[in-house]
Amino acid sequence: MLQHIRASLMALLLFTVVTGVLYPLVVTCVAAAVFPTKATGSLLYRNGTPIGSSLIGQPFDDPKYFWGRPSATTPMPYNAAASSGSNLGPLNPALLDAVKAHVEALKRTDPDNPASIPVDLVTASGSGLDPHISPAAAEYQVRRVARMRSMTEDQVRAFVAAHTRGRQFGFLGEPCVNVLQLNLALDMRKP
Amino acid sequence: MTNNGFIQIAIYLGVLLLLVKPLGTYMARVYEGKSIGLDRVLGPLERLMYRLCGVRADQEMTWKSYAVALLIFNFAGLLAVYLLQRTQAMLPLNPAQMPAVSPDSSFNTAVSFATNTNWQGYGGESTMSYLTQMLGLTVQNFLSAATGMAVLVALIRGLARRSAQTIGNCWVDLTRSTLYILLPLSLVLAVVLVSQGVVQTFEPYHTVSLLQPAKDANGALVTEQTLAVGPAASQVAIKQLGTNGGGFFNVNSAHPLENPTPLSNFLEMLSILLIPAALCYTFGRMVGDTRQGWVVLAAMTIVLVGLLVPCVVLEQAGNPALKPLGVNQTALDTPPQLTQSGGNMQGKEVRFGIVNSAIWATATTAASNGSVNSMHDSYTPIGGLVPMWLIQLGEVILGGVGSGLYGMLAFVIIAVFIAGLMVGRTPEYLGKKIEAFEMKMASLAVLVPCTAVLVGTAVAVSLPQGASSIRDPGPHGFSEVLYAFSSAGNNNGSAFAGLSANTPFYNLALGLAMLVARYWTIIPVLAIAGSLAAKRTVPIGAGTLPTHTPLFVVLLIAVVVVVGALTFIPALALGPIVEHLMLPR
Repeated sequence: MLQHIRASLMALLLFTVVTGVLYPLVVTCVAAAVFPTKATGSLLYRNGTPIGSSLIGQPFDDPKYFWGRPSATTPMPYNAAASSGSNLGPLNPALLDAVKAHVEALKRTDPDNPASIPVDLVTASGSGLDPHISPAAAEYQVRRVARMRSMTEDQVRAFVAAHTRGRQFGFLGEPCVNVLQLNLALDMRKP
Repeated sequence: MTNNGFIQIAIYLGVLLLLVKPLGTYMARVYEGKSIGLDRVLGPLERLMYRLCGVRADQEMTWKSYAVALLIFNFAGLLAVYLLQRTQAMLPLNPAQMPAVSPDSSFNTAVSFATNTNWQGYGGESTMSYLTQMLGLTVQNFLSAATGMAVLVALIRGLARRSAQTIGNCWVDLTRSTLYILLPLSLVLAVVLVSQGVVQTFEPYHTVSLLQPAKDANGALVTEQTLAVGPAASQVAIKQLGTNGGGFFNVNSAHPLENPTPLSNFLEMLSILLIPAALCYTFGRMVGDTRQGWVVLAAMTIVLVGLLVPCVVLEQAGNPALKPLGVNQTALDTPPQLTQSGGNMQGKEVRFGIVNSAIWATATTAASNGSVNSMHDSYTPIGGLVPMWLIQLGEVILGGVGSGLYGMLAFVIIAVFIAGLMVGRTPEYLGKKIEAFEMKMASLAVLVPCTAVLVGTAVAVSLPQGASSIRDPGPHGFSEVLYAFSSAGNNNGSAFAGLSANTPFYNLALGLAMLVARYWTIIPVLAIAGSLAAKRTVPIGAGTLPTHTPLFVVLLIAVVVVVGALTFIPALALGPIVEHLMLPR
């Protein structure tokens, strides 16, 4: 028994050094040497100041911007210090109210858009930080953004296309549009 | 289901099954003490560890000694994680200045990580310091996984040996599992994950300015965003490979910095089932008949695919309650503009869509992993029933590393016993007579987790402390509690996370369920190992039921499914099944 206790404590200590200290340190060093930008959060810079991460979404509700997924984080949407989904069940009245509110907000800013609204635009993402929307959800908003920015729809579509990524290797995952990078590019455009 | 959906499922299962034989062969060599190449590099470290621990690698243990050593070792790990959380405010590597975790939450998390459950009552980026994540959680990710593998190897030795008193040395099995299997795989996976954008840094959280300022819940203006980062990749790799599942961040692998791209998602999903599947082949090799391993893997795979398909189909069909709101849930695949995965996207990420979310939900609950890349709580009723029932089947459909296969071998013992009753012969498995002691122990291993789930749920919904945490009205609220106890009572760790489970009641009740489920499976399984090792083999006769045939696959599936159905359908009827009937037509 005593022998087991001694071996347990010693083994725990040694395993802690190997798997809890050496292993994360080796990964950190390799990551810093080979993928320095990605290892620290894929930050985006403008004039030397960090203005976001290409992997983390930001909240948008100004009609001149493309809007991302609804976010259920608290106390504000897209709180990247406390990720969270809504965790509402499929029949929860709170879910249906939230979806209805997002549908109405979209309709209010673009009342005569005849298309039906793509589901990802009115449902909260799992992380609350989803940086993407589907190409269909971007297409739904092209009319509104073009009008607000006095651009033609095809000009806006070209921006969307530049920030759309297809399936990885052609088959993996789903096509998606990076909302923050798209909006940054639109803002940078010479009027 | 879309064509691309079929392709993604086929490639996932195809790659998984292709890796079974090479990895399974390698692991068999690790446990048989043969030369594996890597031991030339890590051999000195392995021998140094034995010397410092005062362990003689060639000294084998009886099953009782093996069990006692494992339990003490697990308890020491549990205590270390508890103390780390309670003292993290005074320790280094805490850039976000996290305070000490509450005693009940620390207990729950310590139990959870020591038992390979990795239920998260806390939010990683808002609770744990970098030091706790590394020294506490990452270490237990390795060691709880190694514990499961050690118990399995001991059981395999029990089946393979004859007239033996010992079942191996637990320190050797733990050390070799960690150094030669879990560590090298994790190193490679972690670096590949960083290449996709998973963070791995000791820098403090970043602050960036928002492009469009937003308002918080009180109407105050927010102009900045705090980006939580940390040494995530090293932890994510082992939490997937060791079927642990405790995320670095609160939303686990739905978080873009924990799972940024479809490729990172594919590799993380593959890692969930990789070792559990390959261990089936290891088992076959070590008992000298690889067909026995393939039979078990075939039974597991058939149930997995059988449940994966309805999950994908129902999630793709979408939430009928949203139809009247003018929302388009149809899958569209006309590039460039008209493309969307459609379906029930609440709680799912666009880059994964429906198919990769549903594959993950199925794989993570078939295995006792419990990591998520979408929120199971927001699944359609039957889409969410699939992960819940996969957990309730006892985590034997591939299951946890080691624990899945030793759980399944308990079902195998029950299956040969039932077959023996049908033909009126003494049941045998791999030449060993299955007698009353083995049957009692196998029944314990199968029934104790079931009891923990049902009794736990009944107590929780009856007490105000349990019922007050329920947030969803109607049957879905009951489903949340049932899922929580299913998850803890089978060491899975995923959740219907709408339940506010970080309360003293749930922290203690779920902690107890995890302890009972883990160790009251491990002890009976080691007892079976010891008892079988001591037996002589009986020659194969005309009355022996062959256990390498398709017939046996069917029999094994039937036993698993019938036990799972009889035990849980009444409870499921009160939750997801009623909810399904309430959906608008």
